Amino acid sequence: MTGPAPVAGDGPAPLLEVSDLRVSYGVGDRSVKAVRGVDFVVRSGEALGVAGESGSGKSTLVMSFLRLLPPSATVTGRVRYHGEDILTMNWGRVRAVRWAGASMIFQGAMSALNPVRTIAQQIVEPIVLHEKVGARAARARAASLLNDVGLPAARLNSYPHELSGGQRQRVMIAMALACGPDLIVADEPTTALDVMVQAQILQLLKDLAASRAIGLIMISHDLSVLAEVCDRLAVMYAGSICEVGPTAEVRADPRHPYSAALLDAFPEIGDPASRRRPHGLPGDPPDATLTPRGCPFAPRCGIVMPACTVHEIELWPAGHGRLSSCLRVLPEFADEQPVVIPAAATDVVTERNPGG
Amino acid sequence: MSTPVQSSAPRPVLEVKNLRVTFASRRAASPARAVDDVNLSLGKGEIIALIGESGCGKSTLARALVGLVRPESGQVIAEGSPLRYAKAALRRHRRSVQLVLQDPAGALNPRHTVYDLVAEGPRLHGLTDNLYDRVRTALTQAGLRPPEQFLARYPHQLSGGQQQRVVIAGALALDPTVLVADEPVSSLDASARGEVLRLLLDLRDTLGLSALVVSHDLGLAWNIADRVAVMYLGRIVELGTVEEVLLRPRHPYTKALLSILPGARGTSALTLLQGETPDPTAIPPGCRFHPRCPLYAEKQEDPRASWCRERDPQVLPAQSETALAACHFVAPIRKPEDADSPHSAVAP
Repeated sequence: MTGPAPVAGDGPAPLLEVSDLRVSYGVGDRSVKAVRGVDFVVRSGEALGVAGESGSGKSTLVMSFLRLLPPSATVTGRVRYHGEDILTMNWGRVRAVRWAGASMIFQGAMSALNPVRTIAQQIVEPIVLHEKVGARAARARAASLLNDVGLPAARLNSYPHELSGGQRQRVMIAMALACGPDLIVADEPTTALDVMVQAQILQLLKDLAASRAIGLIMISHDLSVLAEVCDRLAVMYAGSICEVGPTAEVRADPRHPYSAALLDAFPEIGDPASRRRPHGLPGDPPDATLTPRGCPFAPRCGIVMPACTVHEIELWPAGHGRLSSCLRVLPEFADEQPVVIPAAATDVVTERNPGG
Repeated sequence: MSTPVQSSAPRPVLEVKNLRVTFASRRAASPARAVDDVNLSLGKGEIIALIGESGCGKSTLARALVGLVRPESGQVIAEGSPLRYAKAALRRHRRSVQLVLQDPAGALNPRHTVYDLVAEGPRLHGLTDNLYDRVRTALTQAGLRPPEQFLARYPHQLSGGQQQRVVIAGALALDPTVLVADEPVSSLDASARGEVLRLLLDLRDTLGLSALVVSHDLGLAWNIADRVAVMYLGRIVELGTVEEVLLRPRHPYTKALLSILPGARGTSALTLLQGETPDPTAIPPGCRFHPRCPLYAEKQEDPRASWCRERDPQVLPAQSETALAACHFVAPIRKPEDADSPHSAVAP
């Protein structure tokens, strides 16, 4: 092994390329490290799912792509969109990229839509702002967008409160598509929705991403939701990606114990291993104000080894097209027996990238 | 109405008989029939998962069990005696049947410490002797160990899973016999979800608590429940053990719910029902599911399709030997002495 490979599939030129992205918030005199060095690549027509629990940094990560974070956030690293770094663009260029190039579907359509404006007004607004089109043409576009997301054009004159939750989420998707972006970021697009409606929305996202060759980044805490839509999965823990790989392989054979725990949390019906045996993960997520020593997952890990409290490795090849930051992907640790680590761990030995 | 099939099970701790709950509607002329003739019984130490989409009436049924809404007709029966809605009787009922709500952050007063939050119920019920011990015991039972470490904390100092444990401790502090939990894990993170579900199982095993868990999540039923009741538009449409209902579903609605489980592809084709749960102020005639039913759409030529439009399937009894489904295309509930009029709700 020569070093960690970039977190990427093979294929055409990257649409979005994130390298060594770090985000910290100043809270009083402390600094909260929400994102601690993330690298990945998304190509056209590819759907990447980012999984993680609250506090894992997944929302901060995607908000930073479009410079949507508050001024208290310090962002370093690079987010290249078609080769151009979004983090150093001037504001006029950022505004042009938002909507027209890359758009976002927020969670909670109820609060993201303006309650006192009609659906037509809200979809037409970005079209008129970004393109030289007349009001009538923009409205016709809005009608066809609603049609694309499975809503009748008559809904243009409705207010958000007149729509059901699923219909509102469809409007959010129509708005994200309004200016023909080639990248869509969807932050928990189905959280507040009912099961049947969730299935409808996931189907819609899948169809749209496939038919328009849009790059899609979708966030959720539920790996099975991501698996419905995404080709690749990235699992986040404590501000960094701990595993990434093709969806089917990650689900069938996770290479990081945290991915395994997330997968087990939502049982497969019919699987005797989970019948009357809910799988949780004891302990709490790490405190983001502290810099972890060793692997941040070690305190909650069921297969922890002494070395885990000492080393934290970067994403490392773990099979074809797969990467994991678990020490066990290194051959020298693959078969080591798990141990119970005493509360007072060994002295810190900082060593990055141990490898063969 | 036929009598429920008797089973050898001991007397249920909580049951509802032909329960109907309606709400006056502001917009529609007719009232919303949120719970529309439901039979259900919860045995001692039994965990039932009540599954359905939002608006199907599952939360209303849960609230009726706790005595928070008064039924229009039918009965809630606790330990064999019908619930009376006088103030003192309700107080006693609400001590033994405790409600656990969905969002712990919203259920806990942010200005109260864990001690005060858990002690509130016992204080309201006059159980102030050894209050400190009672609170400590409840916290321990809810898995917050050692309890002393949590007593002085405020809700914002706890994780989501810990907050839900405080809510459950507040219920346990009153020595209930039944927990009615409305979406107890839907606002929790994946790792806390399993931990709280395991707690509900442990409470059943150690304290013999019964539980009715309301959820939209079939995986939750698989994880902890003994029986599943699937509810659609105010009515239970399928009822049976977890294995019967989830592995061999018979009602087309249950089949559709199972087919859309995300990530579970390959076993069956996706059955996407169009639209959302229809309006309880205008329940369709005949089988309430027929406008969205894929089986009805497919079996237009079958003579029974006219039943779907015209006859309400029989209301399911609370107990039976086998799983039951309220569908005209499913082998009907048949007792030996019954001739061939299984669809007795609307006699031909």
